[in-house]
Amino acid sequence: MSAAIEFRDLCFATGQGQLLLDSISLSVEEGTTVVILGRSGSGKTTLLRTVNRMVQPTSGEILLCGRRIGDFDLIRLRRNMGYVIQETGLFPHFTVERNVGLVLEAEGRTLQDRTRRSHELLEAAGLDPGSFATRYPHQLSGGQRQRVGLARALAADPDFLLMDEPFGALDPLTRAEMQEMLRGLLRRLKKTVLLVTHDLDEALYLADRIVLLSEGKLLASLEPKEFLASRLPLIEDYMRAFHRGWHNVAPETWPQGRGV
Amino acid sequence: MNAGFFSQYGGEIATLTIEHLWLTGAAMAFATAIAVPTGVWLVHSPRWAEPVIGLANILQTIPSLAMFGFLLPLPWLGERAARIAIVALSAYALLPILRNTYAGIRSIDHSIIEVARAMGLTDGQRLFKVELPLAAPFILAGLRTATVTAIGIATIAAAVGAGGLGELIFRGVASVDNRLVLAGAIPAALLALAADAALGLLERWFKVPAS
Repeated sequence: MSAAIEFRDLCFATGQGQLLLDSISLSVEEGTTVVILGRSGSGKTTLLRTVNRMVQPTSGEILLCGRRIGDFDLIRLRRNMGYVIQETGLFPHFTVERNVGLVLEAEGRTLQDRTRRSHELLEAAGLDPGSFATRYPHQLSGGQRQRVGLARALAADPDFLLMDEPFGALDPLTRAEMQEMLRGLLRRLKKTVLLVTHDLDEALYLADRIVLLSEGKLLASLEPKEFLASRLPLIEDYMRAFHRGWHNVAPETWPQGRGV
Repeated sequence: MNAGFFSQYGGEIATLTIEHLWLTGAAMAFATAIAVPTGVWLVHSPRWAEPVIGLANILQTIPSLAMFGFLLPLPWLGERAARIAIVALSAYALLPILRNTYAGIRSIDHSIIEVARAMGLTDGQRLFKVELPLAAPFILAGLRTATVTAIGIATIAAAVGAGGLGELIFRGVASVDNRLVLAGAIPAALLALAADAALGLLERWFKVPAS
């Protein structure tokens, strides 16, 4: 069986010749969540944006279920990929309900159909349609906006979800709530998800597989348990950076063999 | 000005006001039909932005009387003075509408455009559902400036026989009758104020609160 998404020797260089993606090869199994982890500038977002053809790779190819992405109609391809970003990109002139149903509106579905679907998705994302459907984005908190962004991404029932640091701008408690909601939702919906983050905890909590990028190169592609056990220097750096406070306050409870 | 003056000129003032409105309205419709699509095109071909906006800028600098004079000998256009007036007024209106359309679309938050593309909206859907509605307050502000200016300039169109409230002003100046000058100038000023207020309201109605 072919992978849901397969990157083959993918490279991307800027017009100035800077190599942002360096021979990336990776398979993403259907219905799994792959988290792309790395520092700022490591190429995570660029890699994500090659999948919905927002970025055209310089060389290499991407296959979706065994078919080259260039062979798909661009509009159809993008409508089959929910897209969630940190800034949410909610349309400020539309109500929450219309934001969620916009892809369906673009497909010419009836108002009744769109309303039913957006209410269903708002509920799935943890927002009461009765009180939120007719609000505008500026009347929502950051967490509520992200929930609407997620509901919107799921509106056309896409097979794929692309998420670029979706919870990066939220406070830790809201972020945790959102991660919990997303995890429940993904378990139920079985979407193939690519999620970009620089938050190790988020990666460990949500991923079936964690892919580590550094300077455009793929350094590791591991399951969360393998990731924790890895002695790769960059992974060690991540662990140290992540648990620095914990080690400082209670070093005796720090896992054996991990230096800080 | 007394009751006698109004009974003598009231009908004419009303007719000329309607004529003035028609000249300005037609010119604004014409200018909007040219400037908005051009502004949209410039957003997608930014290297043309400077020369095209520069050209509209040059049109703006031509003195209005000279502009009417230049257009007078042209075939078809010169046959009817109203055509000259509408073309000249449209030319003056191009710059504010064009510049504001261009600036309005470019000022939209990049993440909104990015999501609109990524969610699979076609170019047309993106333009009509996202870009133009969000740029509407800017475009309307340009239209507002253009309309108020055009109502003023339209009074000069009477010099080439295009009619409008300028006719009363020119007649008043020629016969040294200030009542006639005011009979043309006051309605023109009121029209400008009314257009400014109405378009201002529309602009506010389209304004989207920042999230």
